[in-house]
Parts: sequence; C-alpha cells; structure tokens
Amino acid sequence: MFNQYFQPNDILIIYPELLLALFAMGVMIIDLFLDRAWKVLNAFTALVGIAYAAYALYRLKSNALNLSGYNHAILNDSFAIYFQFVFLIATALVILISARYLSIEGENRGDYYALILLSLIGMNFMVMGIDLITLYIALELMAVSEYILVGYLRTNRQSNEAAMKFFLLGAFSSGILLYGISLLYGISGSTDLRVIAQRLAERPSHDPIALVAVVTLTAGLLFKIGGVPFHQWLPDAYEGAPSTITTFISVAPKAASFALILRIFIVGLKPLETSWVPVLSVVCVLTMTLGNITAISQSNIKRLLAYSSIAHAGYLLLGLIAGNEYGITGIAIYFLVYAFMNIGIWTLVVAMRRKDLIGDQIQDMAGMIYKNPGAAVLMLVFLLSLAGIPPTAGFIGKYYLFASVIQTHHYVLAVIAVLNAAISLYYYFRVVVVMFMSEKTDEEKMTLSPGVLTSLAVTLVFTLLIGIYPEPFIRFAQNSLSLFQ
Amino acid sequence: MEFFNSYILTLLILTPVVGALVLALLNKEKAETLRRTAFGFGLLTFVFSLHLVARFSSGQSGFQFAENHAWIPAYGIRYHVGVDGISLWLVILATFLTVVSILASWKGIEKRVKEFFIFILLLEAGMIGVFLSLDLFLFYVFWEVMLVPMYFLIGIWGHGRRIYAAVKFIIYTAVGSALMLVAILSLYFLNARATGVYTFDFPIWLNNIASNRLWIDPHIQNWLFLAFFASFAIKVPIFPLHTWLPDAHTEAPTAGSVLLAGVLLKMGTYGLLRFNVQLFPEATRTFTPFIITLAIIGIIYGALVAMVQPDLKRMVAYSSVSHLGFVVLGIFVFNMQGVEGAIYQMLNHGISTGGLFLIVGMIYERRHTREIAEFGGLATPMPRLATCFMIITLSSIGLPLLNGFVGEFLILVGGFGASIARAKLYTSLAATGVVWGAVYMLWMYQRVMLGEVTHEANKSLPDLSGREKWVLVPLILLALWMGIYPQFFLRKMDASVSRLLNPPIVMMVQK
Repeated sequence: MFNQYFQPNDILIIYPELLLALFAMGVMIIDLFLDRAWKVLNAFTALVGIAYAAYALYRLKSNALNLSGYNHAILNDSFAIYFQFVFLIATALVILISARYLSIEGENRGDYYALILLSLIGMNFMVMGIDLITLYIALELMAVSEYILVGYLRTNRQSNEAAMKFFLLGAFSSGILLYGISLLYGISGSTDLRVIAQRLAERPSHDPIALVAVVTLTAGLLFKIGGVPFHQWLPDAYEGAPSTITTFISVAPKAASFALILRIFIVGLKPLETSWVPVLSVVCVLTMTLGNITAISQSNIKRLLAYSSIAHAGYLLLGLIAGNEYGITGIAIYFLVYAFMNIGIWTLVVAMRRKDLIGDQIQDMAGMIYKNPGAAVLMLVFLLSLAGIPPTAGFIGKYYLFASVIQTHHYVLAVIAVLNAAISLYYYFRVVVVMFMSEKTDEEKMTLSPGVLTSLAVTLVFTLLIGIYPEPFIRFAQNSLSLFQ
Repeated sequence: MEFFNSYILTLLILTPVVGALVLALLNKEKAETLRRTAFGFGLLTFVFSLHLVARFSSGQSGFQFAENHAWIPAYGIRYHVGVDGISLWLVILATFLTVVSILASWKGIEKRVKEFFIFILLLEAGMIGVFLSLDLFLFYVFWEVMLVPMYFLIGIWGHGRRIYAAVKFIIYTAVGSALMLVAILSLYFLNARATGVYTFDFPIWLNNIASNRLWIDPHIQNWLFLAFFASFAIKVPIFPLHTWLPDAHTEAPTAGSVLLAGVLLKMGTYGLLRFNVQLFPEATRTFTPFIITLAIIGIIYGALVAMVQPDLKRMVAYSSVSHLGFVVLGIFVFNMQGVEGAIYQMLNHGISTGGLFLIVGMIYERRHTREIAEFGGLATPMPRLATCFMIITLSSIGLPLLNGFVGEFLILVGGFGASIARAKLYTSLAATGVVWGAVYMLWMYQRVMLGEVTHEANKSLPDLSGREKWVLVPLILLALWMGIYPQFFLRKMDASVSRLLNPPIVMMVQK
C-alpha cells in the first residue's frame, strides 16, 4: 500500500501537527455543548492540545529519526523544531490571555481557538517545508486563519476594516510570491529548494529571470514581515485587530515568516546572494529607520508598538544579510526573546482593556505607577527589553544581530542599526514618562485575570533570565544552525 | 577573611543591589525606615570599599582582587572584574559620594522616597560595575544599566524641565554607547581573526596588542578610536558634546547632580584613559593634538560661560566642563605627572563639585530659588554654611593646601614637560583656565554670600543642621587631606600609571 510518495515514517514527522488538527476540530465540537459560563474551557482544551503537541515535538527531537518525509517535501530538522517550540510557547501565552479579553468583548466562541491552532499548524509547516508548494500552502493556511482572526470582532467596524485591508493586501502579496515561485520552477524544473539552489548555481550569476524571481519573492515575503515599503497594512491591522490577536500576529506568524525567508534565502537562493544582499540591506535600513521615526509621533500604544515591531523586523533582517552562524543564531534567539518581551507588553495592553475603557491610548497609562505599580514595573522591564538595554533579554537579541553584521564587515549597516536603537529609546521612554512621571487621570485599576497573571509571570521571568544568564538559551537557539546542512 | 578577599569586588557590586531589593520589599509609607535602610546599605558598601584600600598592594601594577568566571562561554563572555591603581580611588569616590548623596536627600526628597533610594542604590551598583569590569561586554552592560536609574532620578525628582533634561541625557548617552558597542564588537572579531580566540577580556586584548599578535590597521584603529571616543567624550563631556550636561545637572535633584558630576562624568575620562589610550596607541597619537585642542576650548569656554550664568546650579555645571577639560588634558600629555594629575583631578572634581552641588541644594531647600540675583549677604544668617562654602570654593579653584591645587599643578607640570608639539603653548592656554576659575567662583561667592542681606527672605535662613554638617564635614576633611598629603593617594596609583605609560610586552593578570 505504500508507494514512493508515502512512507510510514511520514506520519510520525508531522505527529505534533496531527495532534493540533485534532484539537482544533475538538475545540469546535466541544464548544457546541458548552454553556456561556463555561466557554473558558475552550481555552483549556486548546492549551491541552498545545501541551500534547509540545510533548510530541520533544519526543521527535530526542528520537533522532530520519526527519525528511513526504517525498522530501518536508524536512523536520532541528531548525524547524526550534522554531516550532517558539510558536508553541507564543501560542500558549496568547491563549492564556485570550479568555478574559474575549468575554469582555462578548465574542467568546470556540472557533477563535480553533483558528489559532490552525494557524499554528500552518506555521509549523512553514518551517518544516523545503518544497515551495508545501511552503506556499502552509503560508496560506496561516494567513487565512489570521485574516479571520483579525476581523474576529464582528460588530467592531475597526476590526472589520483591518481584516479587509489585511486580506486584500495579503492576497495581493501572496500572488506576487506565487509569481516568484513559478519563475523559480521555470528556471530549475523543481520546487525543492535544494534542487533549485543547485540549478541556480549552474546559471550565470546575473541571470535576469533569476533576478526577477528574487525580486518578486522578496516583495511577497517582505509583506509578511512588514518590511518597508510593504508595511502599510501592519499598523492598521495591529490597531484594529482584537489585542490578543495583535499579540499573536506580532510574534508567531512573524517568526514563521522569518523562518520561511531564512529557508528560502539561505538554502534556495544562496547562489544569488550577491544580488539579494544589497536589496535587503536597503530594505533593512529603510525598515529600521522608518519604523523608529514613525513610532515617535504615535499617541496610540497599539500603533506605537506596531511601528516598533516594523523596526524590529529591520533589525532581524541584519541577521539574514549577515547570513552567517552569528546571524542565524541571532534571529533564532531574537524570536525567542521577542516572544517573551512582546507578548509581555501586549499582555499589559490587553489587560488595560476594561469594560468601558478601550485603554489603547498612551495617555490612558498616565500615573500607572500609582494605580498598578506592579504592572508599571513590568511594562518598564518589557520596554527596556524592546529598547535593548541590559540586563534584559532584548539586549542579548540585539547584541547577536549587531555582532553578525560586524562579523561580515557591514560596518555602515551596524552603525545605522545601533543609532536606530538609540532613537528607539526616545519613544519607549515616552511611555515610561507617562507611566512614571505623570499624574493619574482616573482611578480605574487593571483587571488581571489568572491567565493574564500567568502570562505576565512567565514573560517577565524569561525576559530577565535570558538577559542575565543567556547560556542555555543560546545553546537552544543554536539548534537552528542545522539550516546550513 | 579569605572569602572576603576573593569576592570583595562582587560584594561591592551586589551590596547595593541587595539593598535595592530590600527597599523594594519595605512599606513605602515608612519614609524614615526607607532612608535608614538605604543609608545602611550605602555605608556598608563604603566600608567594603575601604577594605580594598587597606588590602591594596601599592607596588603591583596589575589588577588586584580579580575574579574571573565564565558567563556566556559559548562566545567567550566572562564575568571578569578587578581593580588597579587607576580604578581604585574612583570606586571609593563612587561609594563615598553615594553615602553623601543619601544623607543629603534626607529632607529634600519627600515624594516617592522608596523608589528614589532604590534608584540611587542601583545607580551605585552600575557605577562600581563600570569601574571594575575587565570584560568589555560586561563593561558595556554596566555602562548601559546605569543609564536607567539616572534617567529616573532626573525625570521624577528633578526640577522644572526635568523630563526634557532626562530624555536629552539618555539620548546623548545612548548614541555614544551605541557607537562604542560597534567598536567593541569589531575589536572582538578582529582579535578572534588574529588569534583564533573569541574573547572580550580586556587584559587579553591588551596583551595581544602589546605583543603584536593583534595588529590593527591604523585606518581601522582611527575609526575604532573615534567610536570609543564618541561615547566617552559625550559622558565627560568634551566640548562640543557638552550640551546635555547643563540641562541634566540643573534639573536633577541634588543627589542626582552630585552623582552625575561626581562619578558619572569620571566614567568618560576613565574610559578614555583605560580603553582609548591603551587599546589604540597609534590612533591616540594621531588624535592627541585634536583632543587637546578640544580640551583647552572646553576649559576656557566652560569658564567663560560659567561666569555669566544667572543660575547657581548652571554655573557649577559649566564649571564642570572647564574642570573636566583639565582632566582630559592631563590624560593626553602622557607622562607620569599628567596622568596622575588627571586621576587626582577626577577625585578632586568629585569632591569639590559634589560639595558645591550639595551646598547649592541646601540653599535651594531654604529659599526655593537658585538665581544668584536673589541672594546676597547669606553669610550673615548662615555663617557655618558660608565657611564650608568658602573652603569648597577654594578647593574648586585650586588653592594650595587644598586638593584642587595638587591635581591642577600636576597636570600643568605634566603639560609643560610633555613631548608633544606646542606643549608649552597648550599648557599656557590651559593655565589661564585656573585664573578664569578663580574669577567666576570668587565673584559668585561674593555675590551670594558677602555684603549686606539685600532680600528680606534671606534674613532668617537657618544655618547648617546637624545632618548637613555630617554631609559637608567629611568632604572638607577629605579636601584638606588630599591637599596636604597627596602622597597617600598617589602612591597607590604609581605602579599602574607607569605601566600604562610604558606597557611591558607581556602582562601578568593578578588572580
């Protein structure tokens, strides 16, 4: 019954994803039988699914199986496994903070969690795929789930508008990406990245068709990470989406898209390095600078963090431009760090949403140190981490990325990047000023549900721990170096 | 005792941190308990630092009490701390001025007492860490860590345009340190390429440079030198990068000004001396005329601008620009007198300018203004304060038998004897700064303290309280001690400074 396209091992390789799919469907079915007051069980079901998937993934990591399957369309190497762990951590944290938020918004339904799990499956395949078709389908699975989630607040016009913008631009960029994929297939006759790399290496280095393929692929992929000039959707989507979903899409899908970019550029397009490095360098400088400078003038915390996340995408591109071990480890560790610090800060933004207060203006945080001293200190730690000030985790992440470009002698890029990091202090500290140095304007305290508290505790501990004792996390992140094999 | 000797430096860094944690657990309503706890931890740290002086062996040029542990072994990042004749007194200065600032903030700080002392203690840990770090990665960490408490000290407890001043301070410093990070990383990779060892360890780098195993192309050396220089010059601050300083000093609370002027500025000159001069000998030679010119402009410009300030605190702030110009001059004349004079002048400036800020703070607490025009004849209601103010003013001017004289004298002697082009011209110009200093300080003293009491409000100002005497008297005693018997302090610097000027081929790291 088995033929060359299907081996018994194949099921094992995607076992975590099968579990997640099972739980995604399970959540929806269980949801039908739940009373309104018991909807929180949906979150539990989803968390149990993630725990199972994490365990399965751990088993996969320890049993050194031959992790290539489905006729070499999937490669579950330690690079993929590392990123899947990051996704699982991020998704679990997001689910923790979702239950209370959804009940405040009055949209507490099971399909929310199902969609999150489905998009998680998409992301897992994005890092496992080594075949362009698999990668594209995985990307779309993730993206479609995200489009729905961004517009999840059906009665909220802003949420709908954000979803529409996100969907239209996303579909358009996917089209461009697909065009690039088809060109690569046309050149090489294969969709396997490793074969494509071989074929490209045989062609002349300034092959116009290959260049068009690179440009279209880059454009499509840059959209997904919010690189300038394909970033316009990002602040609107971040602002309009439910805050929990913004938390999610600012971390996990971004990490997945980056992992995808790494796989395509470092494995598939390596022979064309001389043509994409200059393009990405320009994009990187623009992304960092525009993100940071625009963030300065924002008065809405969600938009501020949106622009800050654009800037962070710029920093991350440094690692890809360097393309060496330092750079890849840097990107890997950065996403681990980013998962904790960014989810931490977004959790606080979520917690500021109270019954009759939107709580997304920076001014709403005035005098937070008097009202919620604990939350203010946490916010400070996360902001310092985003700004890259030691001894927080953010510094370790930035250190790697900056070091990687210095190692490859991109000194100008490094200087622009560190100056950008200095600019970013200005707007991060603007929030600090409001929290610590303004008088409070209302007495409304934050509502901190057990889920939010758990998420905050986890993110805080890891933000500080990675900053003070990064060694074990660096070793963990070095798993991603299997990308080069 | 054995344990004490091996871990004294870590203890120095950790004691204030523990103090901050303890404060964080205390009830924020009990201000007096908070003050006493903070004072206790400050004093404890100071006592620990005195142990360093007692056990420091003057004859050795290397780093003493060193601790060297792996921190992030994957990339050769180590927790390596040590103290030598150059950093020893700066550490003492930091611990001493912290105690003084805590005492000085007893009455002035009424709101958010708990956070205030937490930030002071965290700042102390950062400052000590900067002076002790021998691993450049660690150094950078402490350098950045220190920014945050200072930012809050200015931003929350400052005066008037405090937020503007705080942001200006942090952006200036962050831009400088960002460039330094690039330079540190570049050196890291250069060293690794040359020797195959990935390390941030400063003594190892020095060793490799001295033994020519790490040879840096002069062109690259110039860039690296400038990157380090940018960071340190902003901190010192060297003209024309000084514009953050008057704002930060003026708006900061008294304790903030004291620590900022007393210790933080010294990190800049310390960095120049420790890292720029030693890591990039050729580039240092290239840039010496340029830096000396800037230093002299700073000396004269700072003095002239200080002269016309209507605000007492702003005047003291500009006087710092002038005084630090002397320190920079001393460093870049490269001889025993110059460099020792520079280090000595760093300590002097910490004591005299720290003292000036304290006195301005005391006057401000009484009158709630710092306008020189608002004062006049203050010596009549406050004779004791006037005496202390006089002594500290004279120490700042550099009157013989007080500390300032020794530092300036050594620097000028060093300058005249320096083997650089036009040394005599440079030094003569710098020497005019001494005169300018006397002019603006004495003129200020005359306008504020002497003559008739011109304002009704000034008539009944209370004289020094018991606590304030405890703040000022130690400073004055130190100023006298350092002025009369400088040998006690200089002796401990000798070995390290002479090694700095004549680096041996292979250097031993004291374990």
